[in-house]
Amino acid sequence: MSDELQTAAAAKPPEPPVPLTPHGKVMAVTSGKGGVGKTFVSANLAAALAKRGQRVLVLDADLGLANLDVVLNLYPKTTLHDVFSGKSTIDEAIIQAPGGFSVLLAGSGMVEYSRLTPEIRADFLRIIEGLIPRYDVVLLDTGAGISDVVLFAVSLASVILVVATPEPTSLTDAYATIKVLASQQQRETIHMVINQTARLGDGRAITGQLQQVLDRFVVTGPGRGVRLVHLADIPADPSVRQAVMRRQLLMQTLPGCPAALAMTQLARKLDETVIHPQG
Amino acid sequence: MTSSIAPSVVDISDLRLGDARALLEHGATVELPDSEASPTEFVQSVIDGLCELSLKDPLTGLANRRHFLSVLERVTDGVARSGEPALLLMLDIDHFKSINDTHGHVAGDQVLQAVAKCLARCIRPMDTVARYGGEEFAVVLPNCLVSVGEAVAERIRMTVESLMIPVSPVSHVQATISVGGAYAPAWVRSTAPLWIERADNLLYRAKSEGRNRVFIDHQQAIAVSAEEKKLLFGHLALGEPAWLERAAMEPANGSASGVGE
Repeated sequence: MSDELQTAAAAKPPEPPVPLTPHGKVMAVTSGKGGVGKTFVSANLAAALAKRGQRVLVLDADLGLANLDVVLNLYPKTTLHDVFSGKSTIDEAIIQAPGGFSVLLAGSGMVEYSRLTPEIRADFLRIIEGLIPRYDVVLLDTGAGISDVVLFAVSLASVILVVATPEPTSLTDAYATIKVLASQQQRETIHMVINQTARLGDGRAITGQLQQVLDRFVVTGPGRGVRLVHLADIPADPSVRQAVMRRQLLMQTLPGCPAALAMTQLARKLDETVIHPQG
Repeated sequence: MTSSIAPSVVDISDLRLGDARALLEHGATVELPDSEASPTEFVQSVIDGLCELSLKDPLTGLANRRHFLSVLERVTDGVARSGEPALLLMLDIDHFKSINDTHGHVAGDQVLQAVAKCLARCIRPMDTVARYGGEEFAVVLPNCLVSVGEAVAERIRMTVESLMIPVSPVSHVQATISVGGAYAPAWVRSTAPLWIERADNLLYRAKSEGRNRVFIDHQQAIAVSAEEKKLLFGHLALGEPAWLERAAMEPANGSASGVGE
């Protein structure tokens, strides 16, 4: 019978995306599931990095369902929407957030951009490239799930932070996201932030569990797989809810609470290992 | 390979090869050497013939289910490592029971053979077409671009539809097929049964939406299988201590910062 399968082995793997910067300047914060604290982590991480003297910009890349404005309680007249439509320049849309960092908010008009067209890709790329020389870190706060907009935004980043909570649904969705990023973008390193942990060490155990299943099922190329780097546990902390309800940054209002301290350590670790790695 | 078996150990006259020989004289295409051939040559040809028979469907001459599954395992494995697009088509003859009921089982067999022959003509040498069971066939197309899958399947469907299958000197049958297809998930270790299941689901859809049509899952879908979920959370079901159970039993420790290292 047809046994010539070996002849098919010469298939070319897809080209891996070229990272924009070598030192992890553009970071995507993503998650499988919504409501795991992705935007909360983005905003407070930005504030924590700013405290360390970094020039940080957070870009609301959750084009369809942006809510960074809600978290930060900022409603500017000019947004990314105006930049996309050519009404404003990028400088007019960048505003200062309370935590000492800059933000580019999507604005409600962005719903129409939730479908990714070649024009939107080009605009997005142009905006990000314009931002890179002006900041130490550009954080992309992406949407939940694995839509093409999310995957595109993540593809622009050289560092990926996946936020998950210990809940099974969140972990399954985080796993699926990592699988997609590994298989479609050949990502080999993914940084994990486990939010709302109950005990010290839980996040590391969860990351280990995810790694075990990934090792078994996901390959990024011949003999290669994806490696998870556990960055931080953010402990479950009633202060977080307090800050969110008041629409204030945790890093500003309750900087001494356990979750804020964890955020500070997350910023330090990112700074030391990814943004300004030693030697 | 053969050197690992000492020739003096087996005496060919001790082997009962009569049944195998009889089997091969009827079913295999491998030529049996005559009695003057060397014993080694003779035994080798019997083994080759039996291997061939064990992989073939006797009625249609296509790959049988056993052969199909082993090919599918190999392709699944290859796709996981190479990322090449590979398509699996599951095809089923529409209203086959009524062909049998109207024209008789001999005619039914003739239809199966004609469709099989047609499928074998529609594919490339690297592809494998198999009789999966009953009136269901399967085609494995390694290295098949996502953009052409639909056209390939549609061409097969149309070619079968155009067949005039003679079932008696005075009558012929026109059969149609429904086709479901799925691409293997690239760069992801998956399993052959999972792939079959996805293609089968689309075949079911083609049937339920009127038959004689093609449905293909274009995505090299990434799904989290039950097996993966079990590994992610299996320990929870077993009641072993895990982070979630600890979380449920103990209140959040507000004093500890959870950052690792």
